[in-house]
Amino acid sequence: MLLRGRVGWITGASRGIGRAAAIEATRHGARLILLARSQERLEETARRVEKEGGVQPKIIVCDLSDETALKAAFRDVHEYTRQLDFLVNNAGILRDAMIGMISSKQISEVLQTNLVPLIQILQFAARIMMASKSGSIINIASIIGRSGNEGQVVYGASKAGVIGVTKSAARELAPYGIRVNAIAPGVIATDMIANIPEPKKLELLRSIKMGRLGQPEEVAQVICMLASDYTSYVTGQVLGVDGGMWL
Amino acid sequence: MQEQNLIESESELKLRRAFANALNMSEKSVNETLLYASTPGWDSVAHMALIATLDSTFDIMLDTDDVLDLSSYPKAREILRKYGVQF
Repeated sequence: MLLRGRVGWITGASRGIGRAAAIEATRHGARLILLARSQERLEETARRVEKEGGVQPKIIVCDLSDETALKAAFRDVHEYTRQLDFLVNNAGILRDAMIGMISSKQISEVLQTNLVPLIQILQFAARIMMASKSGSIINIASIIGRSGNEGQVVYGASKAGVIGVTKSAARELAPYGIRVNAIAPGVIATDMIANIPEPKKLELLRSIKMGRLGQPEEVAQVICMLASDYTSYVTGQVLGVDGGMWL
Repeated sequence: MQEQNLIESESELKLRRAFANALNMSEKSVNETLLYASTPGWDSVAHMALIATLDSTFDIMLDTDDVLDLSSYPKAREILRKYGVQF
């Protein structure tokens, strides 16, 4: 039970890594606030979380690209709790396009989902955490933010941005006892990669030293470790969870 | 009326204490002339500590626009009034 008595907020919690993180964290005793766009999927995750951990999570349906909705979400969290021990900034979207085919709308959509709200949520969480002079913020970046990839200029920019945010925030928040780290998953078996064509998938597999896709649960375990006191002296790091893809 | 005065003085006391704690100064030194980025100790780092202190002291959540706008002691009082704090 790494997170007994802890309160955590997970964005993008309705599926993939966020959902797995919610299930893993509740198994470790955390009380959770779960945020996602899809009410139906979020409720399904909440039911699973309650079944696993015995505690009903607080759910917030919110499109993070909507600033007004995000502010309402902050008020909602503030009304629900004055304690926040960890934050998992996981929400994100993937929109691929080759150079020359990238629209302004696409750039705006990706940055307004993957990067801008991440900074706003981090600011909000840090304010709550400052009061207790402790906390752990875990930003979900991507291997693409470190190494880049064809067709992923915008996604890569957003995830490299997440890494930049992590390092700067870690420096600023360390005096308050707040740790900020990023996880850079490799190719994880989630809906996000479901539409990748088979030949491309095979190519990806060949580039993974462990020769297989990662599972969301394998990222979730690292999230819980970073949220816990097992990493109490770790901040400003980008931890690859990629089966040796980035070596 | 007496009760009203009591509420007002309590809020003022809380505000003074919040400033003193966040800016690491004595309560006596807290006055109407305190200015962000001019008063020694009130830098951007201390500002965030002040905001966190105000949030918890008055059990509110200041909006980011108000965080940026909170540039003096009197301004803090003015902003807090928007959140229902009586002085």
